[in-house]
Amino acid sequence: MRFLLILALLLPVFSFAGEAKDIADDPVMEMRMIRLAEKVRCLVCQSEPVSTSHSDWSNDVRAIMRDKMKAGATDQQIMDLLVERFGKSVLFDPPVDKETMPLWMAPFILLLLGGLGLFYQLKKRRGVVVDTTLSVQDEQRAASLLNEPSAALNDAPEPVGQAGKKDTQA
Amino acid sequence: MIPELGHFSLIVALFLATTLGVLPILGAARNNSVLMGVARPLAYGQMLLIGVAFATLANAFLSNDFSVLYVAQHSNSQLPGQYRFAAIWGGHEGSLLLWAFFLSVWTAAVAAFSKHLPEEMVARVLGVMGMISVGFLLFMLFTSSPFERLLPAAADGRDLNPLLQDPGLVIHPPMLYMGYVGFSVAFAFAISALLGGKLDATWARWSRPWTTVAWVFMTIGIALGSGWAYYELGWGGWWFWDPVENASFMPWLLGTALIHSLAVTEKRGAFKSWTVLLAIAAFSLSLLGTFLVRSGVLTSVHSFASDPKRGIFILSFLVLVIGASLLLFAWRAPKVGLGGKFDMVSRESLLLSNNVLLSVASASVFIGTLYPLFMDALGYGKLSVGAPYFEAVFVPLMVPMVFLMGLGPLARWKKMSVPDLARRVRWAFGSALVLAVLLPLLMGKFLSLESNKWSPMIVLGLLMAFWVIATLVVSLRQRWAGQGRFMQRVRAQSLSYYGMQVAHLGVALFIIGVTLVKGYETERDLRMNVGDTVVAGGYEFRFNGVTESQGPNYVAGVGHVSVSRDGHLVTELEPEKRQYNVSGMPLTEAAITTGVFRDLYVSLGEPIPEAEGAWAVRVYIKPFIDWIWAGCLLMGLGGILAVSDRRYRIHKKAVTLQGAAA
Amino acid sequence: MMRFILPFVIFLVLSVFLYKGLGRDTREVPSPLVGKPAPAFMLPQLHDATRQFAPKEMLGKVWLLNVWASWCGACKDEHPILMELSHQNIVPIVGLDYKDKRLDGEATLNNAGDPYNLVIADLDGKVGFDYGVYGVPETYVIDKKGIIKFKLIGPVTPQNLRETILPMVAELEKQ
Repeated sequence: MRFLLILALLLPVFSFAGEAKDIADDPVMEMRMIRLAEKVRCLVCQSEPVSTSHSDWSNDVRAIMRDKMKAGATDQQIMDLLVERFGKSVLFDPPVDKETMPLWMAPFILLLLGGLGLFYQLKKRRGVVVDTTLSVQDEQRAASLLNEPSAALNDAPEPVGQAGKKDTQA
Repeated sequence: MIPELGHFSLIVALFLATTLGVLPILGAARNNSVLMGVARPLAYGQMLLIGVAFATLANAFLSNDFSVLYVAQHSNSQLPGQYRFAAIWGGHEGSLLLWAFFLSVWTAAVAAFSKHLPEEMVARVLGVMGMISVGFLLFMLFTSSPFERLLPAAADGRDLNPLLQDPGLVIHPPMLYMGYVGFSVAFAFAISALLGGKLDATWARWSRPWTTVAWVFMTIGIALGSGWAYYELGWGGWWFWDPVENASFMPWLLGTALIHSLAVTEKRGAFKSWTVLLAIAAFSLSLLGTFLVRSGVLTSVHSFASDPKRGIFILSFLVLVIGASLLLFAWRAPKVGLGGKFDMVSRESLLLSNNVLLSVASASVFIGTLYPLFMDALGYGKLSVGAPYFEAVFVPLMVPMVFLMGLGPLARWKKMSVPDLARRVRWAFGSALVLAVLLPLLMGKFLSLESNKWSPMIVLGLLMAFWVIATLVVSLRQRWAGQGRFMQRVRAQSLSYYGMQVAHLGVALFIIGVTLVKGYETERDLRMNVGDTVVAGGYEFRFNGVTESQGPNYVAGVGHVSVSRDGHLVTELEPEKRQYNVSGMPLTEAAITTGVFRDLYVSLGEPIPEAEGAWAVRVYIKPFIDWIWAGCLLMGLGGILAVSDRRYRIHKKAVTLQGAAA
Repeated sequence: MMRFILPFVIFLVLSVFLYKGLGRDTREVPSPLVGKPAPAFMLPQLHDATRQFAPKEMLGKVWLLNVWASWCGACKDEHPILMELSHQNIVPIVGLDYKDKRLDGEATLNNAGDPYNLVIADLDGKVGFDYGVYGVPETYVIDKKGIIKFKLIGPVTPQNLRETILPMVAELEKQ
């Protein structure tokens, strides 16, 4: 029994012989470093994060990030250090502050405006539009120009033989 | 002598384009058929001349004529033939010529396939396209001629950027440019409708197939570009939110909105002014993309060498074209009628909601891309906006969009009852939800990961994809239900219906790919001695060393990695580290085995100094990543199916009176 | 009918921004260190590793810190201009040999001439990082109190020397 136990303990060690080692001494910390470096812009390459860049400068920054992490720095401290040295433009992920407020708010304000605008338009239409007398003319005009039966215009993907049920059929 | 012939052709083409931009529009205004009649011959002539210029440049590249400055800058005698051809659009001047050439091709195509349109409409559309062409030809002749001579001629060229020496780059820019330029057709139709003051549903119907074709080119073009970035940049990513990528993505999003709003305008005659505005905006964004890439206002991996003079030129052109169109819009749009009646809740309103979401998405990309520029111009200093921002903004916009995308095809035109719709989709939603929650539990085992990973984002992504697929099944079942033979009912549905569903299915596959690759990819950065192995995602990678090999115009270190699974050899991967002879530029060429469920991706880093023969090697397992591009291809295929619909064919004879009862 | 003119107005505003953006240099990153004390360090000199240098030795003087390296191509462009400046004896120039091999750095100066009053060797680039160096060459103007007043990214040219650096040095000398 004891022999087997020892063997079981040894086995994984044996199978690790010839196993490739991670470049980083500490893969977990390396992962943390890469995730953080994804948010740092490589200043010499333009529009590429430090995490993937092969440039010298990015290699340096990664090395420094590793050093600082080993020394126990938090992500925030590392980012602050980089901003202190290179300015805010090293951050790919701009922090929410008064300068970037419009940037972060814009999509949601636009969505709100767009939604309200659409709602207002639809509501207004309901009061104004009578029914489609105009579109019948349009249809005929288009159809005659295209030399096609006008029905095809109305709702083409209609099954054969069910054309009479137009507009009640999905 | 031959390059001068190209230059001369461009000058004559400019003359034709100017005539095309003036006479037919004048003719349409005065109802003069002679003036309108010149439009078609001029369009053909213009294509011929710009074609000659293009062929001339191609000849200069293929015959290694280094007395042409542009050729000397972008080619080399060692460069393989196909890349010498692709080098035509490897720089600013040549890609501009490609743009102008495609514009003339689209113009000629409109001339050829518009026999059934009213004369004044054709005259106006071709005239507007002629004006755009004038702008590009002037730009080329004054600031960026590809035919400039280099005297004395260079002994050899400076070579094409190694990153661009790739089969993907032979076809990616032409596809993308066909898309960009194709939006000019929708634009020209919109402008001529505004000019003519007759903004009825017919123009929507005419410009719809053109828009769809341009959109298909663009979809494929963007997908190719993303695929290229994935295997050529060696970072394993497929989209970087780079300003140049965004420049193509913005018009794509608006183009997608346009396709859908054209449907509402064509079928229901409604929201005409919105659709016109979208058509103007989609092409404006295409133009703006050109400006961003070529003027140097933004930084990008891909941008061309910039020159402020060019910037001023394109900006003036932009202001002229877009400004004039928007003024025309402001003048004419208020007189446009409201069109057919529909309810607050109907297929129309669903499509329009999606339009809002797509437009907001496009605007967000726009704001994110240009924000650094705004801040700098206002004196707030420099900052960068990158992937984290775009991802944070995009997901909340796309979730409701995909939800509506599932409902749209099931909803009725004009009016629908919400409870009825809810009843029809509840099973679809239920089963999508159950699958999305359960599937991640099996994923770890399926992909041979060390641990199972279940995260809300993965569930959300899968839910959206399955929702689209489930509603698609519901829709098909409804359409195929009824009496008679099954195949007959299948055939009875229009191609445009199938096209729509195929494209939507493409979106679903795309979402699956994005979700799973993000959720389950494995990445290892390794130090590998010869003979070392590593196990990742159930595969064993064995590093057999690096040998040197000689390429046509580079020297490469070729890594040999054998991949096996359960003791059986799966494949041999040979990632390369190249050094190009002329530019001396190093390039990492990743080796990839693609598969339906995963890609194996290996790229070489640097040799490790301390150990003989050892290298830094990066190994990725990318599950389902090819679904991203398969999805894009399906979207493109959907577009092709939709334009193949017989409604858009030009019928000279009377057609069968199918459905005439309505 | 205001809403129909809105797209045009938005576009006009946008084009003004685009126009303003045309001249800007996107590669240049303004240093956040401008206006701040030059980071302190203690480094051995290039020619004599036993002698150390620290920026505080320059207190009371206006001086230039020029970051260069033997592997840097653009440094060769600015080298003759620095040589000329050094002959004029207007302002002391301290060279910082960035991420270089000591022998390569020495050989470069021996062959092409040495414009520096003093050269320090930042062989591992740590000091360069503290100064926010990301492209070589870079030149800093530092005042009598040891405050960084200006940072030039890229080579010194006769033009930027004449128009920016020298006037600034003259101004700072007066203080």
